[in-house]
Amino acid sequence: MTIMKFTKSVIKNLFSKPATRVYPQEKRIYPERTRGHVDIDIDTCIFCGMCQRKCPTGAIQVDRNEKTWTIQRFSCIQCSSCADNCPKKCLKMGNSYPEPSASQTVDIYQKKEETALKAAE
Amino acid sequence: MSKRSIVPFGPQHPVLPEPIHLDLVLEDEKVVQAVPSIGFVHRGLEKLVEKKDYQEYVYVAERICGICSFMHGMGYCEAVERIMNIEIPDRAKFLRVIWAEMSRIHSHLLWLGLTADAFGFESLFMESWKMREKILDMFEYSTGGRVIFSVNKIGGQRKDMDDDMIKMFVKLFGEMESDLRELTNTFLQDYSVNTRLRDVGFLTKEQAHDLGAVGPMMRASGISLDTRKMGYAAYPEIKFEPVTSNVGDSYARVDVRIKEIFQSIDIIRQAAKKIPAGTVDVPVKGMPDGEFMMRVEQPRGEAVYYVKANGTKFLDRVRVRTPTFANLPALLETLKGCQLADVPILILTIDPCISCTER
Repeated sequence: MTIMKFTKSVIKNLFSKPATRVYPQEKRIYPERTRGHVDIDIDTCIFCGMCQRKCPTGAIQVDRNEKTWTIQRFSCIQCSSCADNCPKKCLKMGNSYPEPSASQTVDIYQKKEETALKAAE
Repeated sequence: MSKRSIVPFGPQHPVLPEPIHLDLVLEDEKVVQAVPSIGFVHRGLEKLVEKKDYQEYVYVAERICGICSFMHGMGYCEAVERIMNIEIPDRAKFLRVIWAEMSRIHSHLLWLGLTADAFGFESLFMESWKMREKILDMFEYSTGGRVIFSVNKIGGQRKDMDDDMIKMFVKLFGEMESDLRELTNTFLQDYSVNTRLRDVGFLTKEQAHDLGAVGPMMRASGISLDTRKMGYAAYPEIKFEPVTSNVGDSYARVDVRIKEIFQSIDIIRQAAKKIPAGTVDVPVKGMPDGEFMMRVEQPRGEAVYYVKANGTKFLDRVRVRTPTFANLPALLETLKGCQLADVPILILTIDPCISCTER
């Protein structure tokens, strides 16, 4: 048993860089694999509904007729189950976490009608 | 005999991260009896098997606890795999070992920090959690999550670690080892820490055996048992011996856990050397039918998973016996005869995880 056993660490800490980031100035760099939120490339989506069936929390709703893909951001548990099962690979996990919000965020993505696109051309 | 009085302890208490309530029967400052009550954070996760199918339940299983989340998922998957007679690839088994041991290191460091906080050594607490943070970063780098990893699935792993990543982790652990040695030496040799830990909360070998203590709590009392030795995942191919101590006081429990950290680093090194190439999952066909009792060694001790399936995609029953639940009777025994001021540190030495216990 010795006294002042921790002194070495204390002195080391005095002269080393802080272990934490200076947060607002220094943004966090996420590793490539971080599962933060689900991203969808709505143009390649075929609205098969596989993600809706595979979602363990029921956060995703797919409407084939309306061509909408809806996700409740606060129900999503970022398990990546939808992205793994997507047949067209249009779903992928984004790095950043959902923003805090006072109300439950619901994001609706709608595929532009092909006919409408053609008409616009 | 002096007058007896009852002091309520918890569910809200500065040293308790999670709610447990104890009624302490005191004679002056001495505890003569402790009556526990739990049930403050019951979430009904076992009941959820009726709503979620057996593959989705992996996500629920790993949410039983935020610290041993990997091992909860793994224990459940191993149980269902044994019911369905699925042999997972060797690489997946080794990945399970690596991630499980990383969880063990991070859990023990978290516990060391909380213990330091409980006996009032704030900077030691910070130092422990600084180390733990590095492991959380490694988890995020390899699995994509810091707390909930979602890498287990029935039939293997959902993510692979390439060889470069494993080598990098082994190197990082090598670098951490000297820092860890310095940190743990403070726990083991510092005078003020020793005065709080030594000669309090004795649990004899017989008591540990009779009360069914598990994990480091049991091993610190001299029983050399480790569920990893029973052989799940790739543990049969790893050489290690359970860490034990014959003393049985709080200091011995700290000592055992610290040695287990270094043992885990060694296991990760062995696994990194032996990990074979190949796939990490096999396709799963059909529905489980039958029942199985799976035992895994978590950081806190042995956890038991009972899974009963009926041939449909919904399971009949999942029951989890968590290590803290098994350690509570032993805790009550150690509390008898201790001073009121030692109660918080004694509660912490069993490494309580109440949300596990109540599920």
